[in-house]
Amino acid sequence: MATVQISEAEKLYVVHGVRDDLRVDGRGCEDYRHTEIETDVVSNTDGSAKVTLGHTNVLVGIKAEIGKPKPMLPDEGYLEFFVDCSANATPEFEGRGGEGLGIELSNTLYKVFSNKQSVDLKSLCISPGEHCWVLYVDVLLLQCDGNLFDAISVAIKAALFNTKIPKVRIAEEEDGGKEIELSDDPYDCVRVNVENVPCIVTLCKIGHRHVVDATLQEKACSVASLLISVTHKGLVTCVRKLGGGSLDPESIFEMTETGKRVGKALHAPLMELLQKEESLGSKRQKVGFLG
Amino acid sequence: MAGLELLSDQGYRLDGRKSTELRKIQARMGVFDQADGSAYLEQGRTIALAVVYGPHDVRGSRAKIQHDRAVINCQYSMATFSTAERKRRPHGDRKSTEMSLHLKETFEAAILTHLYPRSQIDIYVKILQSDGGNYSACVNAATLAVIDAGIPMRDYVCACTVGFVDDTPLADMNHAEESGGGTNLALALLPRGGQIALLQMDARLHQDHLDTLMEAAMTACKGVSKVLDEVVRQHLQETVILTGE
Repeated sequence: MATVQISEAEKLYVVHGVRDDLRVDGRGCEDYRHTEIETDVVSNTDGSAKVTLGHTNVLVGIKAEIGKPKPMLPDEGYLEFFVDCSANATPEFEGRGGEGLGIELSNTLYKVFSNKQSVDLKSLCISPGEHCWVLYVDVLLLQCDGNLFDAISVAIKAALFNTKIPKVRIAEEEDGGKEIELSDDPYDCVRVNVENVPCIVTLCKIGHRHVVDATLQEKACSVASLLISVTHKGLVTCVRKLGGGSLDPESIFEMTETGKRVGKALHAPLMELLQKEESLGSKRQKVGFLG
Repeated sequence: MAGLELLSDQGYRLDGRKSTELRKIQARMGVFDQADGSAYLEQGRTIALAVVYGPHDVRGSRAKIQHDRAVINCQYSMATFSTAERKRRPHGDRKSTEMSLHLKETFEAAILTHLYPRSQIDIYVKILQSDGGNYSACVNAATLAVIDAGIPMRDYVCACTVGFVDDTPLADMNHAEESGGGTNLALALLPRGGQIALLQMDARLHQDHLDTLMEAAMTACKGVSKVLDEVVRQHLQETVILTGE
């Protein structure tokens, strides 16, 4: 990951600030940075979203393609994740430089999102054992300033909300064969139920306290962080310790509690925002990168 | 030409443009704060994002260092969702490598590299949405990003693709026109001096038509340069107002 160099004095300043619940940019320990969300930004996709979290900037595009279900789960579709750590974000990612981080991110996203508790995978089935929808979720990192997981999870939830899968019908042919018919009407489509899609909250342990939405500078001061994915009901679906340092069990417990509280509060405003944007329909002025 | 009629009898193209008409270009400079220079450019439905880092010390092998000028390092990549059919990898395939090389050559011709000996300038371009004319969108976006980074250039580099259908040159082709399989000429121009930074033509063309085609491409590039100039001036004006000078 993109890293920043930080001196001992700066480190002390950040740690003391966190102790007093006042961070370098004036936030409290449980506050997120200014966040901007916009959906439907890339017209070549079935669903897309762009999320800006402080200086962190991610773009998610979802394409739905017809594929073959996995043999173990014949009546379910599935999601594929790919994270492109492009050189745009930082020159360190040039060539194969971003591959390691990309794989780490996409594997975690796969664990968090591609299960039937998060997304109704059965609704992606077209005909059991033969055809299903595969949602290719492609994440593009455009700028990194810490807290990639949270930004990506919000972007994925927004993009899934925005995803419109064309309606298909299975027609039986006379010789017993089956054929998939695509609806002619481009507005005739199904939506993905995003109600149970979790959001990820990453907590960074700094000194004796922990903070959410750490910037790169703050991350450089922390020993380790904890990733928690929480649904709108406050259900924890995934916990993961990240980073080189170690955490004691007690602080993991505290961090999980904070994560649950913060994560649960994240969903309602997000859904409200997405629904509001949706209700504007085609009248909405698209801002994208031009704003 | 078989299949689609690219140019109607009335002289209109598939998307309703006249033969010399460019697609709508919208651009913004300084989209990202962390990079030294960045720009976003929409050319019709083709969207490109360019980021510039540098000039800085040469990274990696010391053998790359040029003692009399800066090294230009370009990377072209396409978002996996940018095309109608999903791409499996964003960069590293032959087409992207070739495109990176073309971009490098184009900008070596435009940037005053001798001002920064023993250093390196990185230009990274990403296609977010592809609808034909990827090379030209990349060059135009990268020009704005280089200007945003404050790196001196001889002139704007403006690029445009031109096709040739029914004895008529078609400026700024979109994907449907490009995939028709006809002649396709890509030109990068330094408009003030009329210098050509890159010229590439695919498919065959009668030599008699080459002049017409080149002429059309140069006119189109000059049109692009006007738009880019407008964007730069507007950006400067906004910055001046914001900094209160």
